[in-house]
Amino acid sequence: MTADPTAAGKALAAACSVVREGDSGEAVDGIVPLFVASPGDTAEASALLRAAAEHDLAVVPRGSGSRLGWGAPAARCDLVVDTLRMDSVIEHAAGDLVARVQAGARMNHVLGLLAAAGQEIALDVPGTATAGGVVASGLCGPRRLRYGSPRDLLIGITIVRADGTVAKSGGKVVKNVAGYDLGKLFAGSAGTLGLITETTFRLHPLPAARVFVSTTFPLGEAAANVAAAVAAAANSPLVASAVELSRQAPGGPVSVGVLLEGSADGVAARAARMAGLIGSGAAEVSAEPPAWWPAAIEPDGGTLIRVSFWVSALGQVLDTIDAAARASRIAPLVYGSAGAGVLYIACRAEPAVAGFVSALRTALSGARGGVVVVAAPAPVRSALAEDGGMAGAVPSLSLMRAVKDQFDPGHRMAPGRFPEGI
Amino acid sequence: MAEAIAAGARATALTGRLTGICGAQHVITEPLELRTYECDGLTSHRATPAVVVLPGTAEEVAAIVRVCAENGVPFVARGSGTGLSGGAVPHEEGVLIVLSRMRKIIEVDPVARRAVVEPGVTNLAVTEAARPFGLFYAPDPSSQVVCSVGGNVAENSGGAHCLKHGFTVHHVMGLEIVTPAGELTWLGDGTGVVSGYDLLGAFTGSEGTLGIVTKIIVKLTPTAEAVHLVLAAYDSLEAGGRAVSDIIGAGIVPAAIEMMDALSIEAAEAAVHCGYPEGASAVLLVELDGPAAEVEAELATVRALCSAAGAREIRAADDPAQRAGIWAGRKSAFAAVGRLSPAYIVQDGVVPRTALGDVLARISALSAEAGIRVANVFHAGDGNLHPLVLYDDSSAAETEAAEILSGAILDTCISYGGSITGEHGVGVDKSRYMPKMFTAEDLDTMQLVRCAFDPASLCNPGKIFPTPRLCGEVPGKRRAPHPAVAAGQAEIF
Repeated sequence: MTADPTAAGKALAAACSVVREGDSGEAVDGIVPLFVASPGDTAEASALLRAAAEHDLAVVPRGSGSRLGWGAPAARCDLVVDTLRMDSVIEHAAGDLVARVQAGARMNHVLGLLAAAGQEIALDVPGTATAGGVVASGLCGPRRLRYGSPRDLLIGITIVRADGTVAKSGGKVVKNVAGYDLGKLFAGSAGTLGLITETTFRLHPLPAARVFVSTTFPLGEAAANVAAAVAAAANSPLVASAVELSRQAPGGPVSVGVLLEGSADGVAARAARMAGLIGSGAAEVSAEPPAWWPAAIEPDGGTLIRVSFWVSALGQVLDTIDAAARASRIAPLVYGSAGAGVLYIACRAEPAVAGFVSALRTALSGARGGVVVVAAPAPVRSALAEDGGMAGAVPSLSLMRAVKDQFDPGHRMAPGRFPEGI
Repeated sequence: MAEAIAAGARATALTGRLTGICGAQHVITEPLELRTYECDGLTSHRATPAVVVLPGTAEEVAAIVRVCAENGVPFVARGSGTGLSGGAVPHEEGVLIVLSRMRKIIEVDPVARRAVVEPGVTNLAVTEAARPFGLFYAPDPSSQVVCSVGGNVAENSGGAHCLKHGFTVHHVMGLEIVTPAGELTWLGDGTGVVSGYDLLGAFTGSEGTLGIVTKIIVKLTPTAEAVHLVLAAYDSLEAGGRAVSDIIGAGIVPAAIEMMDALSIEAAEAAVHCGYPEGASAVLLVELDGPAAEVEAELATVRALCSAAGAREIRAADDPAQRAGIWAGRKSAFAAVGRLSPAYIVQDGVVPRTALGDVLARISALSAEAGIRVANVFHAGDGNLHPLVLYDDSSAAETEAAEILSGAILDTCISYGGSITGEHGVGVDKSRYMPKMFTAEDLDTMQLVRCAFDPASLCNPGKIFPTPRLCGEVPGKRRAPHPAVAAGQAEIF
């Protein structure tokens, strides 16, 4: 922290037109920031971070703020950089299917503009989230099966380094291999490498029609049968945009649903065939998502766990989750993009959750994939601290540390948010 | 010069240790044999390596890199050597690590839609291994019969079908690499979900400068149920370009949209007798793939739009043999145009699709001004131009004029907000253009990644960046982590 908060405040105010003192309502994991600053563009953000560097302030970037509680808490936070004034869609090149967006633009604003031209950023994210926040948190939803995650749709990025240096990579053409792709590095970096100020996305045409095909496997159905249906849907040339799964309680019925996008006639014909693949006639076809279809992932104060796996191990993963939940006497909701090898486990705030996570990690240690605690209340976090932490085993940690040291040698950008204290 | 010889001698002095790792039959020091490796697919940049090694396993690659790192000797990895930017040009004072012996397909998991392969496996071999399961490996660079998956990872290769299916980076789910310090580690585990920084994404397309790939987990894609190829012939490139815009505007994302101009059509016709409509000024190829129920409807729309844009002839093909016949013209274009001229330069610039018409007109004007012919064969759907600049390399003046024209074409691409390379990579060939596209700060920041992976700058040095960054001093205030934290024993940042 700075030795002289008054001087630091003056320097920040000289660099950025909107700077105020932090208050308890803006605490980041209990740490009330000294200052909150809202730069209006990249140049102002650069001057701000330069001033913050000169005064040795720890900086936490913030978009909508809804995912600041994800990951480990920041160890220090002197300055919150609020991106919400950087809220414009700079360019929408409809003919090129490309949009350049300031980091603080809310997704509902961006998607609204794009929809007017029949286009979208094909991510299922909350409308209140900001473009920069989506990228920094790597947020995505059911359609990751077809379109991938933010890193796959991001074609250009402008960032401000911890020392105020402005840098960009990529550009506004989709096909581009000139130089290293900093967008990949910043996607999912949770503010620990620098501040994202602009993002350029590849767009997709909005589908003319969409249809959901869903079925429910009853209590007692073998996990292998559920897994076979999921794999059949995901591997089908009928081209599913999403293959989701939901189970309300351990051992309970499992719902499986498939999203198909395309022309009205096309999706109708494909849905009839897809119903046969997943439900042997018992599947339902609907224009609206089934009631259990996951909404955008929002923090709810409980523990959210992400299990990633090879789809060929789905049956084993389902059985393992069940067994571990029973052993820990908890009843979590299990849902997610089963066809893409990702499931989320939402637990209430119970102390047994840490033991559940350990049991999952042990049981799945032989399989390819990982068990990551995305968000957890403080007691669960501290119980996990001695037991693999939030992230579990992270390969290539020394390379990640080296990257962090290069981009943020003072360790002032969201320090501690990332796996292993990065 | 004396220094260079000393460094080269240093590399040669490692021969004994390299032989100990790979066996004498896999270490090449014979000058004539070394010459075989002096260039890749771009023959205008050449360098003879001090030593060539052909390791058979990941552990051997790691051991070789450790020996190089300990002795400060540069090393360069090479796959099939088909790259078009000089990315695999050896270092004269270094070791060239050729991965062509590592060509095992280790695993195909059809349920998870994954394959695990060694870097020397050819691109097409992955698709062949996946085909019995109704799957294929989507990235398909034109050289897919010979190019290696390891090389594809290094270059983030595209291909004609990346318009819809994406680039190599979208299909690589995990990499085992040897770091420039000689350690084996994994980036990504095949799930597509990363924990921590996405080093997998950052590594892919880094042109062999961040380490050497020893195993690759790729995503496989279900084979399309229906594939239709439409050929439309036009009297002008502009009319063909209009059809492209209209197809995209209709919300259709074809698997590929390719265009050829009169000069390349003529050349392809002479070379492979592909039977393209005679006298056409532009030929447009549009390939649609997907579920039969969608593709049939898209086909009707595409035919109508092509016709409305003024096509003088439209053909459609859905069986594989007919499609292959039409593709043959496009795929042979580079070699065919090459026959028209003693030498040619292939450029790889990209422009926003909507600027294609203006840029093509500008290229035509530049070509006329310089008195040098340019043939245009390009991925119209994603604005990736491959102008072939034809010249006589026996004339120094014409060679220079061709290079100037080539540079002017890239300048034009940059001025329209495009890129100097869409799929071939920067390599040694285009590093001098990087400062035109990026600021000094952009390039400096990119090289922070290089410094994190390879602070000694021994791994494929001299590629991508015109000026290497010194990694020794990290600017700004330093707050070094406590050793216990760095060792992973504590978390107190």
